[in-house]
Amino acid sequence: MILRIIKILKVLGIGYRIFCYLTHTFLSIQTVTLIPGDGIGPEISTAVMKIFEAAKAPIQWEERNVTAIKGPGGRWMIPPEAKESMNKNKIGLKGPLKTPIAAGHPSMNLLLRKTFDLYANVRPCVSIEGYKTPYTDVDLVTIRENTEGEYSGIEHLIVDGVVQSIKLITEEASRRIAEYAFEYARNNQRTSVTAVHKANIMRMSDGLFLRKCREVAENYKDVKFTEMYLDTVCLNMVQDPSHFDVLVMPNLYGDILSDLCAGLIGGLGVTPSGNIGANGVAIFESVHGTAPDIAGKDLANPTALLLSAVMMLRHMGLHGYAKKIETACFDTIRDEKVLTKDLGGNAKCSEFTADICRRVQDMD
Amino acid sequence: MMATLTKAFKPILGRQLGNTAKVFGAAVNSQRGKPTYPPPAKYGGRHTVTLIPGDGIGPELLNHVRELFRFSCVPVDFEVVHVNSASTSEDDINNAIMAIRRNGVALKGNVETNHTMPPNHKSRNNLLRTSLDLYANMMHCQSLPGVQTRHKNIDIIIIRENTEGEYSNLEHESVSGVVESLKIITRNNSLRIADYAFRLARDKGRRRVTAVHKANIMKLGDGLFLQCCKEVASGYPDIEFDSMIVDNTTMQLVSKPHQFDVMVMPNLYGNVVSNVCAGLVGGPGLVPGANYGRDYAVFETATRNTGKSIANRNIANPTAMLLASCLMLDHLKLHDYANMIRGAILTTMNETRLHTVDIGGQGTTSEVVQSIMRIIQSGGPLTTEI
Repeated sequence: MILRIIKILKVLGIGYRIFCYLTHTFLSIQTVTLIPGDGIGPEISTAVMKIFEAAKAPIQWEERNVTAIKGPGGRWMIPPEAKESMNKNKIGLKGPLKTPIAAGHPSMNLLLRKTFDLYANVRPCVSIEGYKTPYTDVDLVTIRENTEGEYSGIEHLIVDGVVQSIKLITEEASRRIAEYAFEYARNNQRTSVTAVHKANIMRMSDGLFLRKCREVAENYKDVKFTEMYLDTVCLNMVQDPSHFDVLVMPNLYGDILSDLCAGLIGGLGVTPSGNIGANGVAIFESVHGTAPDIAGKDLANPTALLLSAVMMLRHMGLHGYAKKIETACFDTIRDEKVLTKDLGGNAKCSEFTADICRRVQDMD
Repeated sequence: MMATLTKAFKPILGRQLGNTAKVFGAAVNSQRGKPTYPPPAKYGGRHTVTLIPGDGIGPELLNHVRELFRFSCVPVDFEVVHVNSASTSEDDINNAIMAIRRNGVALKGNVETNHTMPPNHKSRNNLLRTSLDLYANMMHCQSLPGVQTRHKNIDIIIIRENTEGEYSNLEHESVSGVVESLKIITRNNSLRIADYAFRLARDKGRRRVTAVHKANIMKLGDGLFLQCCKEVASGYPDIEFDSMIVDNTTMQLVSKPHQFDVMVMPNLYGNVVSNVCAGLVGGPGLVPGANYGRDYAVFETATRNTGKSIANRNIANPTAMLLASCLMLDHLKLHDYANMIRGAILTTMNETRLHTVDIGGQGTTSEVVQSIMRIIQSGGPLTTEI
C-alpha cells in the first residue's frame, strides 16, 4: 500500500519535471532567483510576485535564503544552494538584508558582491510624477564601482589611537567599470558620461581611475566624456540636477552620490537599483533598509522592489511587460488615491498592490 | 636666567620662542584645553593680515575686499604673498606659511592644483592646512532672505576635520596597476575636532550635534571617530548628540535639511556635505568658510572654488569672500567693522536687482561692491571717497 503511494508520487514528480522542461522550452519562462530578505522583505516580495502574476509575465521565481554561514576554513560564505541557484539562473531579485554596525561578521550585501563579483551598481534616478519633491527634472544614472575602493575592508590599528584604512584602486576594475558605463550609455541612448573623482587630493588612486576612463572613452567617440571633481558635482547636483546624465565613479563617491540622487527623487523607498557582475550575473535589489519597525504590519511600500524588478525585465529584454508594470505603478502613484504611508497616503501594502494589479489587468 | 632673557627679548623673538615652548608643552599639557590664540600682530593700532590671492577669481575678489576695507577705514593692512600654482618648487607656499606664522591670520583665495602633475607635487592648499595644523574647518550655512532656493530657512553649522582622514597624501603603487591610498584616523585629532564642535555648539547656543560617519563599512577608522565623538559628548550633557551615516545624511539634506543643527565629520565627508549645503543655500558664491588651528586662522570661501571659467569677467559673486573677511574681522575682535560690512552685504542681497549671475540676477561684481560701499557710507561713521 505504502509502496504504491510512493510509486504514484514518483511518477507525479517526474511528470512535474517534464512539464517544467516543456514550458521552459516552448513558453520561454525564465527562472529568477528571489531573495526575500529580512524585515519587510518577505511582504514586498510577495507583492511583486502578485503583480507579475497579474501581468502574466513569463517569470518563475525560485526563493532562496542568504543568511551567512561559516564554511570550512572559518570563512563566512553564503549557503551553497543560493550560490548554485544564482549561477544557474544568472538573474536575481533581492529584498533588503540586515547590515550589522561595527560587528565581527561582514555585511551580507558585501558578501554577495564578493561571491558573484558584482562589479557595477547601476541606479537610474528619474523624477516620479505624482510624488512631489523640490526637484522635478531629474533624469540621471549613477554607475558605481562596487568591489574595491574605500570599501575594501582592509583596516589596521597601527598603534593605539591611530587607525589606517586602505583605499584600493586597480587598473583592471577601473577599466571594467568604465567600459560598462560607456556600454550602458550606448545601449540606453544616453549622451554623456561624467567621471567623478578627487584627483587633486588623491593623485595616484583617483588619477589611475581617471586615466582608465579616458582610455576607454577613446573607443566610444559617440558618447561625450567629461570629468568633474566630487565637490563640484555635489554642488551642481543640488542646484540643477538636469545637467547630469551618466555618472561613473569609484566606490565611496558612488555610495554618497547615488544616495544623494535617490534623495532628489524621493528617497530609497522609490529608487530601483541593479548590480551587474562578471559572467552575466545580475542581481536587482531594493536599496532601502529592512524597516523592522513596520515589518509584518502590511504597511511597507513595494515600489522600490517593483521598479528594480522592472529594471530586471528590461535587462532580460522583456520590454513590453516592463513598460506595462511600470506604467501601472506610476499611474497608481500619480492618482494619489491609494498610497502607502511613506508616499503620503494611508493605504495598506496589500491595497496598493491590488490597485497596481487591477491597472495591469485592465491594460490587457 | 633663561626666563629673564626670554622676557627681555620677547618683543623681538616673542612668537618664535613662545611657539617652541608650546610645541614641547603640548606633549605634557592636555590637548583638550581651551585654545588660547596669541594676539594677532598689532602695531600702531593696526592689524597685519597675510593675503594670498590664489588663482581664478581669487585675485579680483580679494582686490574688492582691499578696496572695501580701505574705503571703510578698517585698521587692517594686508601683506600680499603670491603662490604660483604652476611652479614645482615649494618655496612659494613655504613663504606664505611663514608669513601666516608671523601674522597669525590670513585671508586667501584658492590655489589651483593641476592633477596631471606627478604625485609628489602636493596640493598647495592642503600643504598650508596641514603645516599650520588648521584642524577645524567651520562653515555656517544660512539661507539668505533675498536669494531664491528650493529650501528656505536653512541654518546649519558644519565642522570638518581638516588635516587627516582621506587627505593624508599617503599613496603608493605596491604592484603595477594597483594603487593604495591610506586614510588615517587618529584618536587625538578626532577628540580635538569633537571637542571643538561641542564647544562651538555651546558658545552659539546650539542644541544638537550630529556626527557623520560610515562606521558600518569602515569599522575601525570611522568607528574610532564615532567613539571619540561619543566620549566628548558625555562631557556636554546639555547638548544632544546623535550620529548618521553619510549616505543617509546627503539624502536627508536634500529632502529635509531642517533637521540638522551642528554637524561634525572627518575630512572627505566634510567636503561632500559642505558642498551639498552650499548648494542648498544658493551656491558657492554665498558661503564663507574659516579654518581654525590652535594658533592660526585662515579665512576663505567655504567651497574653495578656483572659478577659472568666470575669472576676470566681473561676474563672480563677491559675497562669500566679503563675508569671509567679516569673519576675519570678528576673529581680530573688530566687531563693529564686521557688523557694519555684514549688514551692508545683507541689505544689498535683498535688492534682487543686484544679484550676480550665479544667483539669478544680472549685476556685475563691481556693481555689488559699489552698492555695499554706498550703504556703508550712508549709515557708517567715517569713510574715504568712493
